Amino acid sequence: MLEADNLECVRGDRSLFRDLSFRVDGGQCLLVSGLNGSGKTSLLRILCGLLAPMHGTVRWRGQPIRALGDAYRSELSYLGHLSAVKEELSAAENVEVASALAGRSVPAQAARSALAEAGLRRREDLPVRVLSQGQKRRVALARLLLGGSTLWLLDEPVTALDADAVKWLAGEIDRHVARGGVAVLTSHQDLPLATAPLQTLRLRA
Amino acid sequence: MSGINWFRFSSPQSFYPLAAKMIPWFSALAVVFGVIGLYISFFVAPTDAQQGEAYRIIFVHVPASWMSMFLYLVMAFWAAVGMAMNTRLAGMMASAIAPTGAMFAFLSLWTGSLWGKPMWGTWWVWDARLTSELILFFLYLGFIALQSAIDDPRRADRAGALLAIVGVINIPIIYFSVQWWNTLHQGASVSLTRAPSMAKTMLLGMLLMALAFWMYSIAVSLSRARAIILERERHTVWVEELSELNQ
Amino acid sequence: MSEASLWNGFSAAVRRDLLLAMRRKSDVLTTLFFFVIVTSLFPLGIGPETDMLRRIAPGVLWVSALLATMLSLNRLFAADYVDGTLEQMALSAVPLGVLVAGKVAAHWLLAGLPLTLLAPVLGLQFDMAPRSLAVMVASLAIGTPVLSLIGAIGAALTLGVRGGGVLVSLLVLPLYVPALIFGAGAVEADVSGLGSGAHLSLLAAMLAVAGFFAPWATTAALRIALE
Repeated sequence: MLEADNLECVRGDRSLFRDLSFRVDGGQCLLVSGLNGSGKTSLLRILCGLLAPMHGTVRWRGQPIRALGDAYRSELSYLGHLSAVKEELSAAENVEVASALAGRSVPAQAARSALAEAGLRRREDLPVRVLSQGQKRRVALARLLLGGSTLWLLDEPVTALDADAVKWLAGEIDRHVARGGVAVLTSHQDLPLATAPLQTLRLRA
Repeated sequence: MSGINWFRFSSPQSFYPLAAKMIPWFSALAVVFGVIGLYISFFVAPTDAQQGEAYRIIFVHVPASWMSMFLYLVMAFWAAVGMAMNTRLAGMMASAIAPTGAMFAFLSLWTGSLWGKPMWGTWWVWDARLTSELILFFLYLGFIALQSAIDDPRRADRAGALLAIVGVINIPIIYFSVQWWNTLHQGASVSLTRAPSMAKTMLLGMLLMALAFWMYSIAVSLSRARAIILERERHTVWVEELSELNQ
Repeated sequence: MSEASLWNGFSAAVRRDLLLAMRRKSDVLTTLFFFVIVTSLFPLGIGPETDMLRRIAPGVLWVSALLATMLSLNRLFAADYVDGTLEQMALSAVPLGVLVAGKVAAHWLLAGLPLTLLAPVLGLQFDMAPRSLAVMVASLAIGTPVLSLIGAIGAALTLGVRGGGVLVSLLVLPLYVPALIFGAGAVEADVSGLGSGAHLSLLAAMLAVAGFFAPWATTAALRIALE
């Protein structure tokens, strides 16, 4: 489903990687590993289309993602280093507003139950300002679960999460992949993924 | 007709030596045209009955204004090419042209003001042409400031290109609005370019000066482009192997 | 993407920015306060002669509105850029241009519209005639959306750039010149008996051009900034 063909990424003067090709099908999970500065984040940003590769193409269902445009983006959820939560809004408002902006409006009830699943029960109406880093990350993950998209691109999703949350997230990724979804993630920590067939891609700096 | 592959020169590596060969020619032409043009403007062109000798500054002022406007168009053209074709060289050309364009805009403002003092009795008049030239100067400064504020050259090129394109769409609107504003507020009655009974020699002098400025702009932009290429490609193999750097 | 979902995306962007502004009212009020103070400084600098004040009023109000709009441009994208919301918008199924148009509309509702409504009150300080006040409001109502639209391009180009706040004024102010000329000119033309129709029509034409072109350019600039 998701194919990378001869990707090359240049940041500043340095070429981070070149001739990178791989393919991830439905029901598969790709774990990207590598040292700091090896280009993991850049690779994920290329895969979601935020960054244009110096050479090469990314294809989704056989079509270049540049040509697919909004059709590709409607099947994709991306979680970057930045959680994209607004401090002024409550957790529930954050999820609702972000879903509406993503073009996938959800009923208020669905937003609340997603937050409850993410371990934020009874904190739905608190302003995000008073939540901890890990809880803010959970708000962002709750938004991801609601998206219902086929492709998950997760950049360091377990940052700031506690052990319980990591286990919960791993379970969600397993379930997503079991449903036939695709997941590409970068992580320094080990994620206890159980069932998902796992490919590993090691980037060398 | 397939002798030269022009696209070959769109890579910095092959453009660099080509530009080096072209620069002396354009510089020489700039000097030749400049000397003849200045001779005609100072010694051959007749003294103006109304404005005396002071009018002779138009031989610099008018070509400088032409160049400043034209260079903005050229800059926006390269910017658009860079955006559309994603070639590095086009962006480099756009940033190489900007300082020369800004210099001509400033020259035009300066000479306009020098001419204004004896003619209007004041250094600055809000004449439509001078005002548009001033705004054009601001547009150049904005372009240069934006490019120098962004560290990543690729982003600087693309952001600058977008600004140049937005600017080029706006220039006719700005020009027209300033013209409108000027007629409403009864601007100056003597215009610099409407020098009465433009003699043939005057026109010739102006054209020669314009040609000299042209050649100068090309030579300077090319050498600035060469400097930009060296700076940006300093880590590539071909730059490290350049003989002129390894002496 | 159907027309209805485009519209939903647009209104979601507008509602979100209004909601955020409600939580942070001081940002909006600062802009208005700036507008009031700057216009009040002119009589202090120039002198209280009523005839003179009446003549400079349209220009003063327009220049102040222009500066106030420019000051508020910083909050248009900067916060969303820093916390990652802008990335998410760029990856939305709704085209980024539609969301940008929504954000610009919200910016106008929070900056241009209040300025327009406040202008006649400030015009009284300058002893403007009621008829001039009406033309003034009309010109600001058509002109301030142009300021928001063009300003958005500058705000997007300077995202995350060193000294972005000052730089945006250098980029945007020259592009504001036509709007200023026709906006302030409308009132003067009306006073001098020429009628303000031509000025206001030209201003409306600029709004049409900017409305068509600016969201596109802003979107392109945002994608460059996000790379």
